[in-house]
Amino acid sequence: MEHDQFKFIFKMAAVQGGMVDAKDELDIKSEPPSDGFGNSNANDGRLLSSSPGAGTGGTATGNNKPAPGPPEEQQTLLAVLQFLKKSKLAESAEILRREAGLPEDALDPKGTDASGSGPGLAAGSGQVDGVDASSLLSRVTVSSSAAAQAPKKAGEDQPDVSVVLSAYSQQGDPSLYDAYYSGLKRFIESVLDCHRAELSQLFYPLFVHMYLELVYNNNESVAKAFFEKFSGDQECYYEQDLRILSSLTKKEHMKGNETLLDFRTSKFVLRISRDSYQLLKRHLQERQNNQIWNIIQEHLYIDIFDGMPRSKSQIDAMSGSLAGEARREANKAKVFYGLLKEPEIELPLDDEDEEAENEEGKPKKKKPKKDSMGSKSKKQDPNAPLQTRIPLPELKDSDKLDKIMYMKESTKRIRLGSDNLPSICFYTFLNAYQGLTAVDVTDDSSLIAGGFADSTVRVWSVTPKKLRKVKSAADLNLIDKESDDVLERIMDEKTASELKILYGHSGPVYGISFSPDRNYLLSSSEDGTIRLWSLQTFTCLVGYKGHNYPVWDTQFSPYGYYFVSGGHDRVARLWATDHYQPLRIFAGHLADITCTRFHPNSNYVATGSSDRTIRLWDVLNGNCVRIFTGHKGPIHALAFSPNGKFLASGATDGRVLLWDIGHGLMVGELKGHTDTIYSLRFSRDGEILASGSMDNTVRLWDAMKAFDDLETDDFTAATGHIHLQDNSQELLLGTYMTKSTPVLHLHFTRRNLLLAAGAYNP
Amino acid sequence: LSGSVTMAADREERRFAEVSRDSVKLMAESAGLELGDEVAALLAEDVCYRLREAAQSSAQFMRHAKRKKLTVDDFNKALRWSNVEAICGYGAQDAMLFRSVKEGELFFVEDRDINLIELALATNIPKGCAETMVRGMFTLLSSVVAPCSVPAAVQSLSDDLLKYYQQITRAILGEDPHLMKVALQDLQSNSKIAALLPYFVYVISGVKSVSHDLEQLNRLLHMVKSLVQNPYLYLGSYVRSLVSSVMYCILEPLAASINPLNDHWTLRDYAALLLSHIFWTHGDLVSGLYRQILLSLQKVLSDPVRPLCSHYGAVVGLHALGWKAVERVLFPHLPAYWANLQAVLDDYSVSNAQVKADGHKVYGAILVAVERLLKMKALSLPQPAEGCSSSQPGCLAGPMGYRVSSPGLSPPPEPLAEAGLGIASHLQAGGAGCQWEEWSPVPLPAMYSELYSFFGDSLAVRFSTEQSFGGFSPCTPSHFRETRKEPLGHVSNPDTTRKMPQLTANLNISPRQDGSPRTDPPPPSLAATGSVRSLARSSMQRSRASSSRSGQRSIGLSRDVFPKARFTSPHSGPPTFSFVIGGRQMGRRCQGRRPFQTIFVPTPPPPVVLPRVYTHKLPVIGRVCKPLRRWTRSHYSLHLPL
Repeated sequence: MEHDQFKFIFKMAAVQGGMVDAKDELDIKSEPPSDGFGNSNANDGRLLSSSPGAGTGGTATGNNKPAPGPPEEQQTLLAVLQFLKKSKLAESAEILRREAGLPEDALDPKGTDASGSGPGLAAGSGQVDGVDASSLLSRVTVSSSAAAQAPKKAGEDQPDVSVVLSAYSQQGDPSLYDAYYSGLKRFIESVLDCHRAELSQLFYPLFVHMYLELVYNNNESVAKAFFEKFSGDQECYYEQDLRILSSLTKKEHMKGNETLLDFRTSKFVLRISRDSYQLLKRHLQERQNNQIWNIIQEHLYIDIFDGMPRSKSQIDAMSGSLAGEARREANKAKVFYGLLKEPEIELPLDDEDEEAENEEGKPKKKKPKKDSMGSKSKKQDPNAPLQTRIPLPELKDSDKLDKIMYMKESTKRIRLGSDNLPSICFYTFLNAYQGLTAVDVTDDSSLIAGGFADSTVRVWSVTPKKLRKVKSAADLNLIDKESDDVLERIMDEKTASELKILYGHSGPVYGISFSPDRNYLLSSSEDGTIRLWSLQTFTCLVGYKGHNYPVWDTQFSPYGYYFVSGGHDRVARLWATDHYQPLRIFAGHLADITCTRFHPNSNYVATGSSDRTIRLWDVLNGNCVRIFTGHKGPIHALAFSPNGKFLASGATDGRVLLWDIGHGLMVGELKGHTDTIYSLRFSRDGEILASGSMDNTVRLWDAMKAFDDLETDDFTAATGHIHLQDNSQELLLGTYMTKSTPVLHLHFTRRNLLLAAGAYNP
Repeated sequence: LSGSVTMAADREERRFAEVSRDSVKLMAESAGLELGDEVAALLAEDVCYRLREAAQSSAQFMRHAKRKKLTVDDFNKALRWSNVEAICGYGAQDAMLFRSVKEGELFFVEDRDINLIELALATNIPKGCAETMVRGMFTLLSSVVAPCSVPAAVQSLSDDLLKYYQQITRAILGEDPHLMKVALQDLQSNSKIAALLPYFVYVISGVKSVSHDLEQLNRLLHMVKSLVQNPYLYLGSYVRSLVSSVMYCILEPLAASINPLNDHWTLRDYAALLLSHIFWTHGDLVSGLYRQILLSLQKVLSDPVRPLCSHYGAVVGLHALGWKAVERVLFPHLPAYWANLQAVLDDYSVSNAQVKADGHKVYGAILVAVERLLKMKALSLPQPAEGCSSSQPGCLAGPMGYRVSSPGLSPPPEPLAEAGLGIASHLQAGGAGCQWEEWSPVPLPAMYSELYSFFGDSLAVRFSTEQSFGGFSPCTPSHFRETRKEPLGHVSNPDTTRKMPQLTANLNISPRQDGSPRTDPPPPSLAATGSVRSLARSSMQRSRASSSRSGQRSIGLSRDVFPKARFTSPHSGPPTFSFVIGGRQMGRRCQGRRPFQTIFVPTPPPPVVLPRVYTHKLPVIGRVCKPLRRWTRSHYSLHLPL
């Protein structure tokens, strides 16, 4: 009975903990909990039962030792006690206090502090009381995973930190770590070749966790020796993390270290075949190697599959992210990657004859040359979401006009291919003095905008048509509103110029995006805001505040109205232009979100992060529906293929990876760039993929070939293993050097002319 | 942080920069704290860690700014987001000089004082950056341009640019003056040639190979001018190279100057002008440029082996850089230099004729330079008296010193060592060769008297301070006594008292060379001439003339700078000379200072009809203007309108 009561209390505490988090969130960011949040709280609840932390907590209290045991347990009791008192359950509190043999003043904050919860907690200073309480509570309940997914930064994250770190407190003899690790190493080296590659995946997470445990327990010299001895064994793509790790030698430093937190808050995921796993398990049990077994149990998630063990290259292709591979079930959800049906628009018949030959002009949009590649035929694509799955804005008259323009243009589109490469026009920003940070081009290629490190946004007209402001209100009153050219009359000819500068941000502008109708421009900045600018008046309309940290990227939905942003606070947010608060918060990345892209059907959002994963989020419910791992560096460029089926991503590792969204698999790797890839773009019909990089080159890849060669049968296998051929050289169609200009942006005009942009870097 | 960071040399692993315990202790001491060893060690370790952490997070700001170079700004952002105060004062684009002190293994960033007042009062605002702009260009026209996968440096230029480059260079260096003009015009206004800049600079550096061809040199200099004036070009460190080429033209004994018929003087004048233009417009691009230029000019000036034309170049160069440069470099060197020059000028042998002519050139240039110096200095004088406590008149600019007061003039705080990097030989690398000696400004009176001792009256004649006279005269009565005494002493004992070649005396009292000195009319016999009004006017003219282009002026520098005036006075009476210093007249008959109001108007001697030829033979340094009739009619006057 005692036991049951405790269980109940723990559950309560867990819920309370979750709510506290949510409240914190509210205080800090003044946002209501949204779908995303509800979701993650629910996850907390679900994870609770399976969480090993909770398990150990349960057994500890289940034993019901009334004597104040090790400080750990005592604190747990204190926490419970505090909770009871808070909930005005005075009687229960009294009983517990008595049974646990705690002193009367056990809840005195000072006492709590002094009971040695470690410097991590003591440092909380100002809000000692609250921090301690919540941290203690959450310590009991959550020891890993989703709890810390909510955006937390220095200062606010102390509860979490101590939770995370406390998991390291139980441990064995530090001097034996070396032996444990070498023992495992010997074992793995001795197993059959087919298992060795899989089991080798264990090295890195084990190494990191053991090192951190050593550091946490103040065994600095042992930790150093351990690091020296085994860091060389790790895969080269973890080099960056290892460097951070090696700089960390003090327990006191652990609490502020984001990378460490990332590592600790999420379970490292390994994919291992059943056979290999059995082998490992048997070995560890035989050897009584509890230390390692504990780590595996607590900090690792082993995703066991049936079938052939994977090869080294297969493993390498998928690993490299901060938290291991994606779990297979993470990529199981159905994704409606098909395109939405385009609204019917009557094409004026008096146009050129080729348009006259069919009335709706619909099949014309995409010439009926290739059905698979983004043909928007009249019948609903089976993979497409419902037209009304998310509400989209109504088409305005001007939008329809633009659509007609688009169709006309697309009839003149050049059919690209490996033997017919696009012309490339390069827009060079001169005299930018290394200050250009972002570029965007409107869909019709009439405007180009640059975000600058000096906080300005500059918009240029690249056509002879100058940029004009709307007249002032007083002048507008004088206009004859009935006249046919009223839209022309409202413009103030005096303000015509090639360039308009938008002032408003107070930090470098890292992301900009034109709205599809060219009336608005979004910019996201280091100052933590996203601003919406009118391109009619060239003034700022809204400042969206929500990210309290630099916002690295933002993008408009292809249908306008919605936009997505992502930043240093590790969450992506979905906004609508007429709401000052976000509609969805996509939380889950373990590090900064570096780039964000809308799926062409506007139902999904892809985010790339410096945790080296790409996630695909469902706009409707805020769920993460895909996690792609395989990049070895922060991801800086994403592009959806025009048919919505594929995603291309580029990272600091200089590789472009291609992903099949429907199956959630990596389907290609394009090697060639020697530096960070900052821009990716598919041609209008998806035949060519263009990539632009810091290495001052534009490269063109044969996307059609890359996707056509796929053996889609492989995907049906439940294991989801992929065999990538190294055919980058065959797929590379051309490399084009700039003078000394990193390529920051690429854009295909409606006729498939490739525009590239960047700042000349003398 | 700005303090000393020492590397722990004894560490076996050098993966990170380390702040040693001692550094922490030192920093604590400077803040007035005593730290124990243990605390210091702990702190040191923590500081290292925090530094690494900040560096780590600053890298992401760099990545998102799409740069490869981590800037101080990135680091400051990282600090800001971790609630640490940003570091101010390190935002400059230039590389910071990280220096070491050998004893103590101390490393630090050099941090010099900046005169804020000077910066704030500067009227010449450094040229801002050119406007950011977007230009489109085709990289690839499908199936037209065959892409080359590994282009060499030159090939990375598009064909158009290459063609443009060839055309332009051909036009500029070619024969057709009209074509050249067009090309220069285009070079001056074309916005798309940034990529070609290195090539043009390279072409210009070819001055060394065409030193025999004045015409080509001239064209190259014009090319420099066009590049410098192109608003779309960011010259960056190419300024150095351009300056070097220009300096070559100023300072080198060009092969073309062997032939005395070649007017390389004009070239030097033009180059000096160009140098000052580059410096005023682009001097802020390269650190330490001013100092380097001065150093190389100084080196040439102090090198007696160099030919006179080089010295001439150095002087006009200094003059072009402003009076402060003259004061700083030329003036201190004058005594030493003078001996050499005098030797040249005193040698009347035929073989020396050419050299002597060159010497006159130099003399003229120096005279022009020091006159401006005196004038500007006098003008700048009233200001410190008004309220600034500074005792150095030189450090504050006068109202007229519009250029002089620019921040560029006081040598910008720049590392000397950096100067050594990639500078052509014509920019004197700091520290190498001659030392940049400490220098303290000489007060005006002392300067004047010293200069007077060299130039005598020919200096005084030009030294007009009509507006500011009242300003400084009360302060320096002694100075006037001195200057007054000087000529008097000279009168009594012309040949012994002065070390200086008796230039004034010689030229004024020409017959002495021919006849016995005893029969000479007394040297500068003093008579006040003309009205004060005319005097003022003429001095104004003169000042205008002297501040006008030096090139023009030196054109007029004729060979007879110091002519031995060969005229024998047709009249029996002693010729009277008027000697005027800023409204003050001195004369034999008026032994003393006369205020303006009581001008002594001497009885004019019988009018001397001076042949016009002779007016030209008068000591004219500078431009020869039409002599004012009124003056020639009445007297010989040293006070020629110039």
